[in-house]
Amino acid sequence: MIAELGQFALVLAFCLCIPQAFFGLVGAHKGKVQWMLATRPAVAGQWVFTLLSFGCLAYSFYINDFSVLYVASNSNSALPTFYRFTAVWGAHEGSLLLWLLVTASWSVALAAFSKQLPLPFSSRVFGVLGIISAGFALFILTTSNPFERLIPAAVDGRDLNPLLQDFGLAVHPPILYTGWLGLSIPFAFAVATLIEGRLDVTWARWARPWTTLAWSFLTVGIALGSWWAYYELGWGGWWFWDPVENSSFMPWLLGTALFHSLAVTEKRGLFKSWTLLLAVSAFSLALLGGFLVRSGVLVSVHSFASDPNRGLFILGFLVICIGGSLGLYAWRAPSLRSNAGFAIVSRESFLLLNNVLLVAAAGLILVGTLYPLFLEALDMGRISVGPPYFATVFVIPMLPLVLLLAVGMHSSWKQARLESVKRPLLITFGIALVAGIAVPWIAYGTPGVLTVVGMVAGLWVVGSALIDPVSRLKSGHSLTPSILGMSVAHLGLGLFVIGVTGVESYKIERDLGLKPGETTNVAGYEFRFDSTRDFRGPNFDAVEGQVTISKDGKPVTVLHPQKRIYRVQTTPMTEAGIDASLGRDLFVALGEPLGQDAWSMRLQYKPLVRLIWGGCLVMAFGGLLAVSDRRHRVRVTKSADAPAASASASV
Amino acid sequence: MTPRRRRMALVALIVVGVGAAVAFALNAFQENLLYFYSTSDVAGGKAPPDRTIRIGGMVTLGSVQRQPGSLEVRFVLTDYAKDVTVSYSGVLPDLFREGQGVVARGKLVGDNLFVAEEVLAKHDEKYMPPEVADSLKKQHAGQKPSAAPLPSTTAAN
Repeated sequence: MIAELGQFALVLAFCLCIPQAFFGLVGAHKGKVQWMLATRPAVAGQWVFTLLSFGCLAYSFYINDFSVLYVASNSNSALPTFYRFTAVWGAHEGSLLLWLLVTASWSVALAAFSKQLPLPFSSRVFGVLGIISAGFALFILTTSNPFERLIPAAVDGRDLNPLLQDFGLAVHPPILYTGWLGLSIPFAFAVATLIEGRLDVTWARWARPWTTLAWSFLTVGIALGSWWAYYELGWGGWWFWDPVENSSFMPWLLGTALFHSLAVTEKRGLFKSWTLLLAVSAFSLALLGGFLVRSGVLVSVHSFASDPNRGLFILGFLVICIGGSLGLYAWRAPSLRSNAGFAIVSRESFLLLNNVLLVAAAGLILVGTLYPLFLEALDMGRISVGPPYFATVFVIPMLPLVLLLAVGMHSSWKQARLESVKRPLLITFGIALVAGIAVPWIAYGTPGVLTVVGMVAGLWVVGSALIDPVSRLKSGHSLTPSILGMSVAHLGLGLFVIGVTGVESYKIERDLGLKPGETTNVAGYEFRFDSTRDFRGPNFDAVEGQVTISKDGKPVTVLHPQKRIYRVQTTPMTEAGIDASLGRDLFVALGEPLGQDAWSMRLQYKPLVRLIWGGCLVMAFGGLLAVSDRRHRVRVTKSADAPAASASASV
Repeated sequence: MTPRRRRMALVALIVVGVGAAVAFALNAFQENLLYFYSTSDVAGGKAPPDRTIRIGGMVTLGSVQRQPGSLEVRFVLTDYAKDVTVSYSGVLPDLFREGQGVVARGKLVGDNLFVAEEVLAKHDEKYMPPEVADSLKKQHAGQKPSAAPLPSTTAAN
């Protein structure tokens, strides 16, 4: 009964998307106020019914209703309650329902916090969002219904994929989806702007906080995925350039470019059409990523199932969304002209370079991701592009980006006079140079050229990000959340760069066979394999090893890596033992028995790896700080129609 | 400089930068293309030696050999027509087992011996790498219907 209720609620939610799209777009076109006024209630209704539908599915999981096919395929009566809830998005159908819920939640949040937007504009925005929601809802109803019944009901379920029975992966999808579907908001703003043919740039001011918010979620979501891959896949890597990772990372790069470009458009009225194009492409790439993952075109840990109908549906939807918005762009953009100039050394130039480099990186990653698919489609053989390609093409644009950033964040609009910050910049560079060579040398060993470059760049960004807040605090000037947010986010990026440099330069990974009682030395740490014992978990059996780690005779830690076999699916899983600290991680994973009591083991030493995820969290926190700035809420009403270029020079 | 010149300078700078980046990228791209070969390709001498490639197939039942206590492991990959022996030293993935489809990345070192740097098996019981499924299908299609039976897992793909 509950499942039918969920299905019914989903149908109702779909039915409400249609008037939302129709009244929003047509009402605004015809200028019918009554029609336009109907969009917000439609958004609210759509959200309520989607939430109800999602709740019904969650409830079916909670009560172990194995007469629902999706529940029977992805849950089990022995599954702990927390994972029964997170199993809702553990496979294709439920993930899509979560997409719909997230999209609806963004729409309803926008409806709640955008009362000051002009009615025709907001109706168009909701109209566009309605089309997106309708597409997702129709997709679920026609190709991937999570409420399908299984008759006769299964006695017990086939259990959730053991890889997903983990906290990191339980929270990774909702946050990631919140991020990438949040890009639908700037997309809708851009499309509504293009439909209206608005020549001003007020849309950029409205879109900025939403874009930054979505970007913050996306940052955290990607970082969570990376963290999970590190400890759960048993390999100890933090990024694999897997096509699915790429398809969440490319929208992140474009999203980053977008909110920098939005700043220029809002403050200076420049890059108008470029910003629109970025807003359209960021979400288009996100949709393309969804298509690649969900249609089964890409095979990786993330793809659940391949069904050609699903692929065709998403392809059609992609053509409508991307083709429609790009067509609209081609039609409208030529009428947008920017006539303000800027000097070669100015914040505008720095942000332009930022955009060029970010988009170039995204483009190169896109080529590497899609090229194998093209060749395969043309039946020209199967190839894959190795991770070194991605690492190379990513580092090439990112290095100048990071160095330019250290200077660029202190430049002012129009014409930057860098004399005033020359001294602090040089001082921080000097400190970064000394520390970037000395610290890794003393702490981790002789640094290579790339290590020094990475460390100095990262430290310089950190130092440079601190200049502004410190000088403002000293001189008693106020520090608005948006300025502080910018500094914090850049500081996070600096930490991230330091972390990546540290791990990639000094990591030690060793596979070897050990017998109980044997010891081995990795990076000055002595790993002693003590013993193994059997371990019984709630829904798995495991062999648990004990590895004692000591340094210079002093005990450091005792790790207990496990090799688990989940009972229902009889899938083996490696649960690594990790000793985490800011300076380094020690990582032990059990491989397989080698005979004679020996086990193959993977021992790793990962310096500074925590800074990678920590840096991302700091970045996202910076984004949230910037969003919290009251200026985003107050000014909108006051100067909704004022020319944007007159705004003050602060970001 | 006039604004126009300044803009030209900026554009020139960007063009040079992008050009250099593209040159680097193309180079990296060329070097990192990994071609996939089936075991029949390898046995038939179609795969280049001493170049990193990927090969895929099913792990032949009973073929996994290990020196007790050693990390060194050898197994035979097959597409039910031709076999290739793979040698690997390291921790095998969780789902590696006999009768399962796997993809190995490494180099061919003559005499039908493939030295793998990495062995991939996916985290799914029903999974078969699409490359493997493909090459098995091709092999199957080229043979008489009475040829070696494909495991049921191929049907799922």
